[in-house]
Amino acid sequence: MRQLVKLRRLVRPYWWHIVGALAALVVVTATQLAIPRIIEDVIDIGLAQGEIRFMIQAAGVILGIGLLRAIFAFVQRYLSEYVSMKVAYDLRNWLFNHIQHLSFTYHDRASTGQLMSRCTEDVGAIQRFLGFGAVELSQALFMAIGAMGLMLTSSPRLALIAIIPILPLVLLTTSFGGRVSKMFYDVDWALGSLSSRLQENAAGAQVVRAFAREPYEVSRFARVNRKLFDARIHVISEWSKVMPTSHLLISLSTILILFFGGRMVLNDEITVGQLVAFNSYLLLLANPVQQLTWLVNAAGEAAAGAQRAFEVLDRPSEIQSAPEAVETEALKGLVEFKDVHFTYEGEQIPALSDINIAAEPNQVVALIGPTGSGKTSLVNLIPRFYDVSSGAVLVDGQDIRSIDVQVLRRQIGIVLQSSLLFSATIRENIALGRPDADEEQILAAARAAEAHEFILNTADGYDTVVGERGVTLSGGQRQRIAIARALLIDPSILILDDSTSSVDMETEHLIQKALDELMRGRTTFVIAQRLSTVRNADQILVMDQGRIIERGQHEALLEKRGLYKEIYDLQLAEQEQFRETIAQLEKN
Amino acid sequence: MSTQEITPPEYYLRDDEQRQGYDSGVLRDLLAFMRPYQRQFIFSFILMTIGTVSVVAGPFLVKVAIDDGITQNDPVALRNAVLLYLLAILVQWLVTYIRINIMARAGQSIIYDMRDRLFNHIQKLSLGFFSRYSVGRLIARVINDVSSIRDFVTWSVIASARNLFTLVGTLIAMLALNLQLSLYTFTVLPLIMLATYIFRNRIREVYRRVRIGNSWVNSVLAENINGVRVVQAFTREDYNYERFSQEVNQYHLQNNLKSASLISTFFPTVDMIGSLAVALVVWLGGAAVLGADITPGVLVAFVLYIERFFNPIQDLSRRYDQLQVTLTGGERVLELLRTDVEVADDDTAVELPRINGDVHFEDVSFHYSDDPDTVVLQDIELKAERGQTIALVGQTGAGKSTLIKLLSRFHDPTQGRVCIDGFDLRSVTQASLRSQMGIVLQEPFLFSGTVQENIQFGRLDASLQEVEAAAKAVGAHDFISKLRNGYETTVEEGGALLSEGQRQLISFARALLADPRILILDEATSSVDTQTEQLIQKALATLLEGRTSFVIAHRLSTIINADLIVVVDGGEIIERGTHEDLLQKRGAYFQLYSMGFKDRPETD
Ligand SMILES: Nc1ncnc2c1ncn2[C@@H]1O[C@H](COP(=O)(O)OP(=O)(O)O)[C@@H](O)[C@H]1O
Ligand SMILES: Nc1ncnc2c1ncn2[C@@H]1O[C@H](COP(=O)(O)OP(=O)(O)O)[C@@H](O)[C@H]1O
Repeated sequence: MRQLVKLRRLVRPYWWHIVGALAALVVVTATQLAIPRIIEDVIDIGLAQGEIRFMIQAAGVILGIGLLRAIFAFVQRYLSEYVSMKVAYDLRNWLFNHIQHLSFTYHDRASTGQLMSRCTEDVGAIQRFLGFGAVELSQALFMAIGAMGLMLTSSPRLALIAIIPILPLVLLTTSFGGRVSKMFYDVDWALGSLSSRLQENAAGAQVVRAFAREPYEVSRFARVNRKLFDARIHVISEWSKVMPTSHLLISLSTILILFFGGRMVLNDEITVGQLVAFNSYLLLLANPVQQLTWLVNAAGEAAAGAQRAFEVLDRPSEIQSAPEAVETEALKGLVEFKDVHFTYEGEQIPALSDINIAAEPNQVVALIGPTGSGKTSLVNLIPRFYDVSSGAVLVDGQDIRSIDVQVLRRQIGIVLQSSLLFSATIRENIALGRPDADEEQILAAARAAEAHEFILNTADGYDTVVGERGVTLSGGQRQRIAIARALLIDPSILILDDSTSSVDMETEHLIQKALDELMRGRTTFVIAQRLSTVRNADQILVMDQGRIIERGQHEALLEKRGLYKEIYDLQLAEQEQFRETIAQLEKN
Repeated sequence: MSTQEITPPEYYLRDDEQRQGYDSGVLRDLLAFMRPYQRQFIFSFILMTIGTVSVVAGPFLVKVAIDDGITQNDPVALRNAVLLYLLAILVQWLVTYIRINIMARAGQSIIYDMRDRLFNHIQKLSLGFFSRYSVGRLIARVINDVSSIRDFVTWSVIASARNLFTLVGTLIAMLALNLQLSLYTFTVLPLIMLATYIFRNRIREVYRRVRIGNSWVNSVLAENINGVRVVQAFTREDYNYERFSQEVNQYHLQNNLKSASLISTFFPTVDMIGSLAVALVVWLGGAAVLGADITPGVLVAFVLYIERFFNPIQDLSRRYDQLQVTLTGGERVLELLRTDVEVADDDTAVELPRINGDVHFEDVSFHYSDDPDTVVLQDIELKAERGQTIALVGQTGAGKSTLIKLLSRFHDPTQGRVCIDGFDLRSVTQASLRSQMGIVLQEPFLFSGTVQENIQFGRLDASLQEVEAAAKAVGAHDFISKLRNGYETTVEEGGALLSEGQRQLISFARALLADPRILILDEATSSVDTQTEQLIQKALATLLEGRTSFVIAHRLSTIINADLIVVVDGGEIIERGTHEDLLQKRGAYFQLYSMGFKDRPETD
């Protein structure tokens, strides 16, 4: 429940709306209490005096009060809905923004399903509580205070007797309130896992089918489904103990009043009228009390939701611009690594050790080495996707931690290994990093990436929707869009992470030519398996187990007769073989 | 709130359009899910009736206590009445407790069944479905829509019954009490109907937009969470935030507010009409009392009854709202359940016996169902014999992946047939086919779980030794042993903790572990370094003994030794033969590969 207090900050801007809603609520409650009074007068006065005019008057008053109540009920409902929806809107925005800014380290271990359900289900629970729950809770409180006050003034002794069962009721409800948010937390967690399983199953649909693993997946899903079932049943079985019991207690109150109050009437201590009044006060109380456990339930759900939302929101992004970060524009592109060590969070073995690099502006730095040797990890440090564990990465002589992250990243174009497209048009996908780019620039980027041709061949050209809801492109096609996207931002530093691995030789060749052109005037880091891509680089870094084990230019490295030479020989053999075959063929 | 109109992308609207005007079958089908729990529902209903009777008995017993006990000065009668009352509330307590437990259990079971059925069905759907149906939408179906059905089956059914109960009871009581006053009261009914009619017409469109808003928010969230790395790489955070808060979330908010203002108008209006009825009764009824037609008691009772009368009406219309939500949710769920299984096992499908390895594409043509105009494969005629390695080469988008998808029967050809050992793939069960194939896909997919579990996905009962052997064969054992917990290391969603090449190796090991009769490699080692690749080539040479394999690759080293190289272009096979044959031809193949080496500075 403490979690709900954290929502204070979100609710504060709507303080006056809340005050308005509460004021309207008071009016509504008062009008509700007024009708019985009028009816009483109708009977005692109107009927007794036999005046038809009084009846008409009373009818008019009832109608007037009804209208008043309708108006205030509207105000109260609308305002509280408004506040709850605005808060949900703000919270969802906040979550969205925060999630987008959380570092790679966080996302490496976060599950999409859980994050999703925090933004939707959990925010929804908070909204529901603020919209209905909070108001009804205050109404219950108003009623309770009013009724108690009236009872105490009527007969303190009887009031005290009536209160006896109320005390355990309060205890029961508060202790339930204490436990319920924990139980709802389990429910939410199970729900999040359920959507994670689903999301994973859908994303991996092809693999599941390829291995005929549907039954296995079904049983895994059933397990989480069962967990959700159990978590829900747990909440309900607790609630089912509390809810009827609170009814029981409030009815017990009536019985006590009837019994002791009845004896008091018999002993002439109070009047029958008082007794009847007491009974109606308790009836007034009964309704809110009936709601109470339900409300506590809703509050618990909201608290669990708030807890889950704040688990994300309270998590600072590790990567943040220093407060005095400089907003350097237009980097020249001098990239240096100084004694860089890097270990992923939660790992023991460093992914990178002793990395020292100096890449002059306009140089091409190629990284080559076995799978898992740390090439991607290395280039990921340049846009500050991760921060170094020790040492420093410098751009134009400045530690990148002292440069504004956004400014830094805007100068870096990246083509990642797996190129993700968003469900939007091809045009929008290319303009991802520069939404304001004009048509000409977009076309130029697409041409440079050898993507223009095939784009024109799709159904709606640049307006073809791709991604989840659009047409499916082949791996190589997506890759070329990703390249166009990186080129469009005209970066001073370009990072190509194995960006031609899944395109055919011809396309690779074309892209390569385009890239050669585009690398000019930029500092380029390129990861590749193929020496053909690498050999012209100004610096070649051969990596193994997180270290740079050889460096230099192609010729020099060959002479070293190390890993580079080995790779070279392997690939050369292939090329030689090709040449030989050709030569042979030519001879024939 | 800004008044400018926001329109979500057209496909969200289209999504909702298809379901306009739902049929009454939805309710029936939903009820079918409840049928297995019929006994629980009936029992709950009985318990509810008992509970209601004891609730009603309460006020009566109070009256008895006052009239017979207190007023008559009879302590024994008072005590008896009190004891009876005590009994009544104890009964009510017990009955409610049992009822909630039964109903909640039944409700949750129904939901459990429904999700189970949905998931089972989704497993049967072919890949085409997943390219049309986004993950965000699937989650909305299986999680959100099903949840909205839950409240309905758990509470609304019984509560609506109770409301009807009360309504009819009150109606009878009113009529029995006084016909004339009842008629006065009923004069407001047309007003209520009118209000309800207007409200319902207005709210329908708003609710539709609320639903569209929900799915829009969901999809945008899902996509941006999945693509968060790209978003950050391109510093799209602020732009995305702007769009999310000003369009997507704003649209969601605007329509929710619209629905709030409609609801906030409707319920007070009904309440107001209730007050009108009370006023009528007081005025006309009061006149009647004065005319001595009825007693004051009847008048008071009537005023109380009007309350009882309008409460259930309000409650019912609220439930009706909920019913709408449930029905639309239910409809979408049922729609998903009814989605045709494009690739289904035939009734007469047989188990494919142990595959020998002869594969035959007989005059196969194919286009994707969502894009019938683009012919992806055209008249493919291709034969592979047991033990052969077939390499598929060609430009990206030529149709290579599609070809092997047909071999795994992810799709059925639109013309011609694909046969293994003479069995048309459509005549055998998918499970028996796929369990004998090993496929390594272009984009490796790892599940959140341990490395071992991910490899074992190929064969669930494989021992750790076998898993290690498979990993060794693809050169993955070394790096796996160096991971924090070796084979027990969890790799997180999508294998986020591994490098791309490592993911490929694991998915390769997975395919080998399955001990397939036919192996399919679609760019299986594109991100793997040359040495590891070499190692895999060597391992494969022995592993592939007697097995047929299909390989898509761009690297010469991978295809050079293939028994048959097939060049695909624009969905057609334009060349075929061995490496030497094809080079000799100086055709497309020669072109494709000399390109890779030409234009490059000489090696030395
Ligand atoms: N997010 C991560 N968390 C923990 N370990 C990681 C993460 N990403 C990569 N690794 C590990 O770091 C090592 C280097 O990976 P990477 O730089 O991706 O290699 P590559 O040279 O293939 O690009 C690998 O052993 C990999 O398992
Ligand atoms: N699921 C799909 N739905 C519609 N079109 C597709 C789908 N998958 C691929 N395509 C289209 O089919 C063509 C062939 O693709 P693919 O077989 O993946 O080529 P390759 O493997 O040769 O690169 C491409 O033009 C691609 O856009």
